[in-house]
Amino acid sequence: MYQLLRQIARTGIVTEPAPQADESLRQIEQRLSEAVLKHFGRSLAIRHVDAGSCNGCELEIHAANGPHYNLERLGVRFVASPRHADLLLVTGPVSRHMETALRRTYDATPEPKLVVAIGDCGCTGGIFGESYASCGRVANVIPVDVAVPGCPPTPVAIMQGILTAATSRS
Amino acid sequence: MTHPFADLGVEAARLPGRLAAWHAPVAPGALRAAAEKARAQKGRLVALWASDETTRGAGYAVHVALALRGGLLWLTAALERAHPRYPGIADIFPAASRMQRAAYDLVGVHAEGGADHRKWLRHGTWPGGAFPLRKDFDAASRFDPAADHYPFVRVEGEGVHEIPVGPVHAGTIEPGHFRFSIVGEEILRLEERLGYKHKGIEKRFEQLAPEEGARLAGRVSGDSTVAYAWAYSMALEAAAGVEPPRRASTLRGILLELERVANHLGDLGYLGNDVALAFGFFQFWRLKEKLLRLNAELFGHRYLMDVIVPGGVARDLGREPGERLLRSLGDIGAEVATLRSIYDEHAGAQDRFILTGQVVPELAERLGLTGLAGRASGQAHDLRVDAPVPPYDELQVNKAGHTRGDVAARASVRFDELAESLRLIAALVHRLPAGELRVAVPTPVAGARGCGWMEGWRGDVFVALEAGEAGTLHRVHPHDPSWRNWPLLERAVLGSIVPDFPLINKSFNLSYSGADL
Repeated sequence: MYQLLRQIARTGIVTEPAPQADESLRQIEQRLSEAVLKHFGRSLAIRHVDAGSCNGCELEIHAANGPHYNLERLGVRFVASPRHADLLLVTGPVSRHMETALRRTYDATPEPKLVVAIGDCGCTGGIFGESYASCGRVANVIPVDVAVPGCPPTPVAIMQGILTAATSRS
Repeated sequence: MTHPFADLGVEAARLPGRLAAWHAPVAPGALRAAAEKARAQKGRLVALWASDETTRGAGYAVHVALALRGGLLWLTAALERAHPRYPGIADIFPAASRMQRAAYDLVGVHAEGGADHRKWLRHGTWPGGAFPLRKDFDAASRFDPAADHYPFVRVEGEGVHEIPVGPVHAGTIEPGHFRFSIVGEEILRLEERLGYKHKGIEKRFEQLAPEEGARLAGRVSGDSTVAYAWAYSMALEAAAGVEPPRRASTLRGILLELERVANHLGDLGYLGNDVALAFGFFQFWRLKEKLLRLNAELFGHRYLMDVIVPGGVARDLGREPGERLLRSLGDIGAEVATLRSIYDEHAGAQDRFILTGQVVPELAERLGLTGLAGRASGQAHDLRVDAPVPPYDELQVNKAGHTRGDVAARASVRFDELAESLRLIAALVHRLPAGELRVAVPTPVAGARGCGWMEGWRGDVFVALEAGEAGTLHRVHPHDPSWRNWPLLERAVLGSIVPDFPLINKSFNLSYSGADL
């Protein structure tokens, strides 16, 4: 236990300043009112849905929860059920096998809700494109508020996407 | 011609390239005999897949890749056009079962005999009579989605009930369905249903030029992008008859070991997290982040995507950056040693790790457990030692190993391999030879074959490639070690309680994307 406490003390705090929202990522006009956003901004619950990614984007979502980025300090929390979520964070080209599951997850998320598509595949279908097995971009299946490109996008870009979705344009 | 597989009753020809790989045609009727003899010699199944040869004036074909003492043997059995079928080998190599089912779903070749003929990669997206990897199947085809009826095996008895989990999980993980049959808290049976991430990767390869295929290969399973890009490049280089320069091979070795270090750091953090030791998560992910930033700075990508390209590598490592890399890795190594002693002495963590999710060596051998999970269960296979290609032919890689086959053993193998990879990277940086980074890769001639086989952090990644007419890819089959390890997860959880499942699952950390294709 001494060694563990010593390691914590030696490490100190590595968390870095949070990024700002980035309006260039926004796909459609902010749909939520100021009053709702004010509450979301202080306690935003996220449900992650991997709809067919290569798992690269998941690595960076994990990293965003790591000590350097520490997403939770911004009031952003990953939850285990879409019924508890304000925002869906969706990765991948949507595989046709995940199309129904993604729609059901979206339907199970209470209004008002936001959707952030993550990665080149989520934004455009990426290298997998559209085919017998792939629906392509997330917006082909559910409405997307903010899309974050990158293969995979960095944790900072993912945080910017989430923050952009939960703020107003002004 | 002499070759090491004469006693299997096949005439094998050496495939080009530095990998000890051979190809042999085999009559469908002789496939089982060859598989039985291979099994008797402690050979292992690597992959089974099928292809459509009707555009070449033939029927279909089923392919089997075996790991034998002499190297890799790729068997091809030509099947008739009207009713393509072959004798199944799942009773000889149990891991073949899901591969045979996938081969039927995608190409429509039928494995005779055997117990399980349920669909595997096909859900409700395309109808049963349509086979996406047949040449006359249009990649852009759309069908009305149908309900996905899948007959799970039911466990009956007093107090037995089911917990269906997924495809959308409670954590940030990939989609798949787990059907638990439990009594009280104890797991009586786990049945996996995968294929949710099937996104037509193999069909997509056939629309790409050979050079472009490397990008797609690097996205079969993102966490193993280096291993896949290397295996694909190795296959293409073999088919085209070229070899990468020595400097490029050495850099590839550095990249593959960096990928191993990054993934092991992440997994060790999550193993701590899953036993409520959040300290472990934050410490290991701090170190992982340090490495990812270094990757981005030195090679232009945090996960090293697209750094390995056909013919060589896209980025160099200069003397000064190389020394900086070694200094940072030295710091990481020292911290990992401290963290290992904290994990080892943490009674709470060890109580959850030890004897949890056990796969004993006999079971691992019988069912074909591979990679790091295999080594934790006494299966001492590592391609860096068993079938070394440059730069591993000049290195003495120490195989990690354990025999208890539990979560603690899989953690221990990760710690050992992490330290060994740091040692290997230092050795490779010090011996980095001068020379070119890349050679031109000519278009392989139609019908040329090549294969790549590489020990990724999770296990052996295999790519089989056949060139088509006019600079196309006739067939590419990328094969993840997860194919062989997923069935063992079903066994590892038996008798455990449901709350231990996430920990056991994480200790294997298998790829969904890699096996769903």
